[in-house]
Amino acid sequence: MSDLVRLSAAELASALAAGDVSSVEVTRAHLDRIGAVDSAVHAFLHVDPVGALAQAAAADARRADDDDFPELLGVPVAVKDILTTKGLPTTAGSRILDGWAPPYDATVVTRLRKGGQPILGKTNMDEFAMGSSTEHSAFGPSHNPWDLDRIPGGSGGGSAAAVSAFEAPLAIGTDTGGSIRQPGAVTGTVGVKPTYGGVSRYGLIALASSLDQAGPVARTVLDAALLHDVIGGHDPLDSTSIDTQWPSMAAAARAGDVAGLRVGVVKELGGEGYQVGVQARFEETLTLLVDAGAELVEVSCPHFELALAAYYLILPSEASSNLAKFDAMRYGMRVAPEGVALPSAEEVMRATREAGFGDEVKRRIILGTFALSSGYYDAYYGQAQKVRTLISRDFEAAFAQADVLVSPTAPTTAFRIGEKVDDPLAMYLNDIATIPANLAGVPGMSLPSGLAREDGLPTGFQILAPALQDARLYAVGAALEAMLVDRWGGPLLDMAPELTVED
Amino acid sequence: MTTTELVAYDDAVARYDPVMGLEVHVELSTVSKMFCGCATVFGAEPNTQTCPVCLGLPGALPVTNKKAVESAIRIGLALNCEIAEWSRFARKNYFYPDMPKNFQTSQYDEPIAFGGHTDVVVDGSTVRVEIERAHMEEDTGKSLHVGGTTGRIHGASHSLVDYNRAGIPLVEIVTRPIEGAGANAPAVARAYVAHLRELLRGLSVSDVRMDQGSLRCDVNLSLRSSPQAPLGTRSETKNVNSLRSVERAVRHEISRQAALLDAGQRVVQETRHWHEDTGMTTSGRSKEQAEDYRYFPEPDLLPIAPERDWVDELRATLPELAAVRRARVQIELGFTDLEMRDVLGAGALPLIEATVAAGASPASARKWWLSELARRANDAGMTLEDLPITPAQVAGVQALVDAGHVNDKLARQVLDGVLAGEGEPEEVVAARGLGVVSDDTALSAAVDRAIEANPDVAAKIRAGKAAAAGALIGAVMKEMRGQADAGRVRELVIEKLT
Repeated sequence: MSDLVRLSAAELASALAAGDVSSVEVTRAHLDRIGAVDSAVHAFLHVDPVGALAQAAAADARRADDDDFPELLGVPVAVKDILTTKGLPTTAGSRILDGWAPPYDATVVTRLRKGGQPILGKTNMDEFAMGSSTEHSAFGPSHNPWDLDRIPGGSGGGSAAAVSAFEAPLAIGTDTGGSIRQPGAVTGTVGVKPTYGGVSRYGLIALASSLDQAGPVARTVLDAALLHDVIGGHDPLDSTSIDTQWPSMAAAARAGDVAGLRVGVVKELGGEGYQVGVQARFEETLTLLVDAGAELVEVSCPHFELALAAYYLILPSEASSNLAKFDAMRYGMRVAPEGVALPSAEEVMRATREAGFGDEVKRRIILGTFALSSGYYDAYYGQAQKVRTLISRDFEAAFAQADVLVSPTAPTTAFRIGEKVDDPLAMYLNDIATIPANLAGVPGMSLPSGLAREDGLPTGFQILAPALQDARLYAVGAALEAMLVDRWGGPLLDMAPELTVED
Repeated sequence: MTTTELVAYDDAVARYDPVMGLEVHVELSTVSKMFCGCATVFGAEPNTQTCPVCLGLPGALPVTNKKAVESAIRIGLALNCEIAEWSRFARKNYFYPDMPKNFQTSQYDEPIAFGGHTDVVVDGSTVRVEIERAHMEEDTGKSLHVGGTTGRIHGASHSLVDYNRAGIPLVEIVTRPIEGAGANAPAVARAYVAHLRELLRGLSVSDVRMDQGSLRCDVNLSLRSSPQAPLGTRSETKNVNSLRSVERAVRHEISRQAALLDAGQRVVQETRHWHEDTGMTTSGRSKEQAEDYRYFPEPDLLPIAPERDWVDELRATLPELAAVRRARVQIELGFTDLEMRDVLGAGALPLIEATVAAGASPASARKWWLSELARRANDAGMTLEDLPITPAQVAGVQALVDAGHVNDKLARQVLDGVLAGEGEPEEVVAARGLGVVSDDTALSAAVDRAIEANPDVAAKIRAGKAAAAGALIGAVMKEMRGQADAGRVRELVIEKLT
């Protein structure tokens, strides 16, 4: 393995700035790494060596011509396959979009291109981001680099696997109920779900519009902050994008400090139902915070118990409507019904949706269609929205007592591929600690807190902040990360097994 | 399909009390679409005014057109509605190939305007129509069904879809049930739509072209045994797209439903198609098996909470309302109710006003626009507004008539010349040599020749039979190929012979 792929994005940026290495070299090193390990990891659905190297060459030229350039200029990135990329296949992990090349870039992608960051390719995910394991990808699951028989989390398992397997220094994920944070937790990487409205959703293929948020996936808190600064900020193309002047996340990470910080431990997120090793690492991490001068406060958010139920009404409702557009009329897959000589448009729609969507997608479309039906709307969708309001109030009350809230990110470490795929409820429980943040729109981060004693797999530590206070996550996360790395004697990923490299 | 004979209209309204509800869709004439920056030009090459947003491509998001919201608020204000302090878009979910997202972004229980009314003049008396709501939504694409005989989807071999129309802003104006119109219901319906058209034109928010679909009407109608009886089951006749059709459709539905009720059958709650050619409606899809639209608030858009200051400003700058304005203009122009109705029906009021402003008398302006020019527009398949002649030019033609430079017959040729692009009326007169000869020397000589050639007639006139002068005038006109000033010729004849 080339040393270049082990460098963090910040280190690569320094090396590029110093002229020690070119973006073409960095990009080629990552493409080589993808070639060597991705048949085992399957983090990518599509790799774009030609495009990435051309963008790298352009970045090198720009650096030579111009003194004023973005910090991450020339640092490559992988993009979850749910964001549109002009001319590059975008499937959202679904057969129904197999072969579709969008005519436009998502705003996040536009900002990466403006920042001169080569796009290595598109990463694997659960179909339309529905899942916590990537097993619902129509193109086969991704594998956790810590143990290839295990899942890398989901829905953004591809982005987390790519970063943890050193195939990319940075990746973009999206988080509707935990799809950035839970994969971060189970792969030993850092993932951030920004404040709802902090990063444009334009070009993000919608799962649940009121919950979706794109964010950075990285190996360090600072790297995540640097990427957040590139992709964040107001976008007039997204009506829900917040028009405000955001502080630099990278500056917050560099200034990281927890002295005097009031840390709220959420009573409802932890303890029973959480794997012993996950809980143990969480508690050890709390003592580190106390040692560094933070104050622990126990807070209660009683309505969080209802979050999962509300989420599984709101999400399928919105998804059932968002996914209606996949009808074979304008793009993507088209299937003719069998045995029909002159099928009507409706018959083609039906046959295509039957063939093009996987079981989990169909399950949620059916759930959502039911929840929105006349006569049921008030009892289901309406009631879930009320719960959502109560959860927001719980957050408000908790943030009156604490500067940040913390919990384990996911209740377990990575489970085995196939273990939960036929048990939707067990699968849904993976997101129990991450969902409240999406319902309330507040930002959240997961960072590695160690390895569970019983299985030697990574555990995640979640930090939540009030809406708009994303910078606080980076300040706290960076300080905590420094203490943890110090304790481990190096980054957690150094303890990951070497992947067998193909020649 | 029922085979029941229709009931004669007079009998139907003698036995039943009709109740109507009218839903009018207005396409706003904004430069860009409701939720994206695409152009809205009518008649453009199919699928050239589209983008990821209005094509509903994966990942695309809507952004509300503020100008469309402004137009919706102004319409609401002009209809005396309350403007909601907080209003939301909702998704109306159903599958159809010309709907790119398979949901229409519309408004459901939180419309921008509600609870208004407007006063409509029908045959000289005023009818108040209550407005339930006016809400914003986006238009769908347009399907063209190819290979059938009817242009409808049934029997077609394939369909083409043009998404240029998808996403054009619409305002839907819904009345409360209109009761008490009785036998006058068809006239009230027509007058309401005509009134709305004038009002919207006055606001400059829409082209209000029923022939191009920028104003579309759905007619809900039910019958009950008496005004005290509960409302009957209604039918909803879709896309009734001319004033005349609105009137006819109401009339037809009254006769049709009366026949069903007379036969002891029930009226089915359904949508019905209007057939312009036969003046009949046929059954569409039944509401009883209708889709559940699964409305829910649109999560991709922020609620609309118009600032009160903004609403007040829009209210203060509303143009004079159509009804008030029409009453004033009718008095100013001195038109009778019947004349006014014809003028409004032809959509000629603004043109006539402009012609009068350019110097013509109201009567002459009305005459030119409603007879000669209406006929030419009709022959060319155009509207009056589209004719290549301005009100000032029409006034110019009339000025030539008033000055005696041309007579009515020649004036029609002048109009032809202006319409053919030959220039201003005076230029046409000069170029075509249409000027009336009123030069006394030339006329006097011609009159002398006519007297000489018709001694009998001349004798009669000398004997006091002035009425016989017509024959001599005719002879002079013939000689001068119609270009003589007939009045002056008469004067000369009388002068010379008495």
